[in-house]
Amino acid sequence: MYHDNDRTKLFSRRALMLASGKGALISALIARMYYLQVVEADRYTMLSEENRVAIRLLLPPRGLILDRSGIAMAVNQHNYRVLVVSEKSPSLDYTLDALSQIITLTDHDRARVTKEVRRRRSFVPITVRENLSWEEVARIEVNAPDLPGVMIDVGQSRFYPLEHLGAHILGYVSAVSENDQSDNDPLEELPGFRIGKAGVEKIYDMALRGRGGTSQEEVNAVGRVMRELERREGEPGVDLALTLDTRLQEYAAQRLGDESAAVVVMDIHTGDVIVMASTPSFDPNAFNRGLTHDEWKELSTNPRAPLQNKAISGTFAPGSTFKMVVAIAALEAGVISPEQTVLCRGHTELGSIKFHCWKKGGHGSVDLINAIKGSCDVYFYEIARRVGFDKVAEVANRFGLGVHTGIDLPNERPGLIPTRAWKRKALKQPWHPGESLINGIGQGYCLTTPLQLAVMTARIANGGQQVVPHVARDLITEKDSAPRPAPNWPSCGVSQRSLMLVRKGMNAVSNEPGGTAFRARIEQDGMWLSGKTGTAQVRRITMRERETGVKKNDELPWKERDHALFVAYAPEDAPRFSIAVVVEHGGGGSAVAAPIARDIMLEVQKRERARVASGQNCTDHACDHKEHG
Amino acid sequence: MLRPTQRLSSRLNRTEMSWREKIWQINWSLIAVLTAIASVGFLTLYSAAKGSLEPWAIKQMIRFAMGIGLMITVAVVDLRFWMRHAYILYAVSIVLLIAVDLKGTIGMGAQRWIDLGFIQLQPSEIMKIAMILTLARYFHGASVQDVGRPTFLIPPLLLVLLPVALVMKQPDLGTAMMVLMSSGAIFFMAGVRIWKFALLLAGGLGSIPVAWQFLHDYQKKRVIIFLNPDQDPLGAGYHITQSKIALGSGGLFGKGYMNGTQSGLNFLPEKQTDFIFTMYGEEWGLMGGLFLLGLYVLLTAFGYAIAMRCRAQFGRLVALGITTTFFLYFFINTAMVMGLVPVVGVPLPLISYGGTAMLSLLFGWGLVMSAYIHRDLPIGRRGGHDD
Repeated sequence: MYHDNDRTKLFSRRALMLASGKGALISALIARMYYLQVVEADRYTMLSEENRVAIRLLLPPRGLILDRSGIAMAVNQHNYRVLVVSEKSPSLDYTLDALSQIITLTDHDRARVTKEVRRRRSFVPITVRENLSWEEVARIEVNAPDLPGVMIDVGQSRFYPLEHLGAHILGYVSAVSENDQSDNDPLEELPGFRIGKAGVEKIYDMALRGRGGTSQEEVNAVGRVMRELERREGEPGVDLALTLDTRLQEYAAQRLGDESAAVVVMDIHTGDVIVMASTPSFDPNAFNRGLTHDEWKELSTNPRAPLQNKAISGTFAPGSTFKMVVAIAALEAGVISPEQTVLCRGHTELGSIKFHCWKKGGHGSVDLINAIKGSCDVYFYEIARRVGFDKVAEVANRFGLGVHTGIDLPNERPGLIPTRAWKRKALKQPWHPGESLINGIGQGYCLTTPLQLAVMTARIANGGQQVVPHVARDLITEKDSAPRPAPNWPSCGVSQRSLMLVRKGMNAVSNEPGGTAFRARIEQDGMWLSGKTGTAQVRRITMRERETGVKKNDELPWKERDHALFVAYAPEDAPRFSIAVVVEHGGGGSAVAAPIARDIMLEVQKRERARVASGQNCTDHACDHKEHG
Repeated sequence: MLRPTQRLSSRLNRTEMSWREKIWQINWSLIAVLTAIASVGFLTLYSAAKGSLEPWAIKQMIRFAMGIGLMITVAVVDLRFWMRHAYILYAVSIVLLIAVDLKGTIGMGAQRWIDLGFIQLQPSEIMKIAMILTLARYFHGASVQDVGRPTFLIPPLLLVLLPVALVMKQPDLGTAMMVLMSSGAIFFMAGVRIWKFALLLAGGLGSIPVAWQFLHDYQKKRVIIFLNPDQDPLGAGYHITQSKIALGSGGLFGKGYMNGTQSGLNFLPEKQTDFIFTMYGEEWGLMGGLFLLGLYVLLTAFGYAIAMRCRAQFGRLVALGITTTFFLYFFINTAMVMGLVPVVGVPLPLISYGGTAMLSLLFGWGLVMSAYIHRDLPIGRRGGHDD
């Protein structure tokens, strides 16, 4: 047994070595446990919370849009959707077959659902169809026992009850596209979320959206919601009251009829835009529903541009409506006196070029008032030449022409009032003296929007205060709305005498026999309007045509006809409203635009009177100013 | 801990013990430690079922009770009986291993079971014990000089490599590694020179590129993921990432019993089997983990003490072999869930839900207990009386 002793000793030694090895491994385990559970514990605790808790955004209701008297223009509607949960349905095909017996399902719908089901986890509801009618919802509910896994869900969608009316001002909402995501609002990540894409829906989008609430949910490893841990309700969007009057808006749209035209009526003191119509219009609901290819093609290629808000994005030569600004510039520069006369023989000459008056035989000897009343081109050629067009342009800008008015709507275009500097820069050509003449009657390079013309008229009528138009009744910030402070507009910096003289001329246009708009006057007491006609030529009249006789508008294709314009303010003795009407390729200002303006202005004043009479005027915004200011 | 008993030491040369004497010798403290460990398992399985005995805890308790019965039975059987039947058991295991290859049940992507109707027999579990018994018998009669001869070491080496190859083929990398390592421990305890291990290790490392070719795709993936678990946190690295999150978020004192969110919300895979330590660690924290580790260390110490007290080389080698196997079980499992070693299918001994492992482990501890009961028994070269 000698070797047994050796073996025992060896065994003991080796056992010690083996135990030490195991001790080392145990130490490694403990070190690792310490590292995970003490050193890195915070990090892993956070990760485990991230695992466990999923945060779901709750969609806040979008703010409503109302007109000045509280009529709803944009509301939220229940959007009934039918969803299918594939894990609750024994066979998806069978369920869809059964469903298609009850409601119409296109092959496209079916293909989309089948694809979605494969992509998502089996307990995630998949939308089969949206915008179900109440009848369809009822039919699904009745057949519910035969439709395992099918459920009805109520979402939110935007609805514009007035359809075409005021569509350009309201704009529309639609799904977020890639280019839109810029303001880091988490709501934008929601699949059903819609943002304002045009009109006030776009400008006041952040206020209308409100703020999303959150729901913290405990989810398991496959994402199934186990329970709600915490719910924070969001804030609904701010309701937006507009300055528009939908009744007048409706009247104006009706009065414009099928013409491609725009009309703007505004309060000359507050800047409230009461009517802003652009025809033809469109139904914003179509965008929310999703346009078909044909609908979109029709809307986007129609030459009368239904999608464009012509009141702010359509630019037209102002024609003779520009003459007040030229007169003011000349009076302010002192180059004419009101009594001074100019002899109109139907044309004038500058160098070798002949400039024609619209009246073939000429006006004879005319002073300022008569020149406005008869819209004598020769008179204004002369005074524009004397004052120089740069000065005219400067005054025009102060009256709101050729610059952004600052209205709270997107896509406003500035138009153009040319200057020497502009021409040198943009066209790289010197200013031609004859251009002062042609631009002096609102032709040539001059381009203005109907809104600018309404603003110009307002500033003439309100004594030269630089009123800024707006469509939101209150001041809207991202989260709130507050009443607009009492307006305190800066001055245009022209004398009251010049303005008074121009207004006198405008009064003659409408209310004196021989005025270009005398036939379109208002005869009711205290509602008289003072205006100015304009006819903007869109084609060149050749020498040969002048000899053979200028073609009548009726003889021309639509695209070559003149634009008919009319601007006015009323009531004549105590101005309150201004209006601008532009009928694209409509013909003459006095024959086409002036009667439209007359009818609308009469309606505006009647409605105002009725409101004052019924004592409702305190819902009016002017009343708020008294209280707050 | 081990009370030397006057009655036995006074009868050193006795070769037979009566049943009564054996029953008297049962080491109850060892059983207490085993029960403590298993109880941790019952509690955790109860929590894994969200506070229910069904479906795991109750079955596990029944199996443990059966296992303890088996253990005591094994313990009172004469140690020489186990020695005499070591080679037969080995041969049966080899046959069974080949049988699973031929007609095994497909389970968890690997053929590991033979369904006997009442129990699903896992031959690799039997092999773990048969291997230890066989090697212990082989080295029992070997002198220091014998062990020093390289030719003497070739037969046991072949005896080890044959089942390892069969288990690898199943494929069960975890069990193959364990058989290899516990066999290595017996070679080491038998006195094989350390430089020979070094040589073998160097050879093994050199053959890794060759062995790599024989690994299954999922095994290769596991190794790659072990080396870099963050490359695919939601794919195949998901298990280990979630396991680390669960353990780490447990912190010092844990989230509280039945309050584990990672396991409760099913972020943990296999939480009742291989990843049960993670769940335990999430609910009981570092303190709970250290407590359990302490129990395991205590059990290992029992094994060592029994081995040192044993007179016969066979008993010593068996006790240390079983203890080492057991140690490897819990080391590999805990190291695996903590991201220290690749994910291999090794359960946490006595705690993970599962019948075969529980029974084979307690069978093993039965052998250790038998070595304890028969510690003073002199055993001859072939398992007979001392000759």
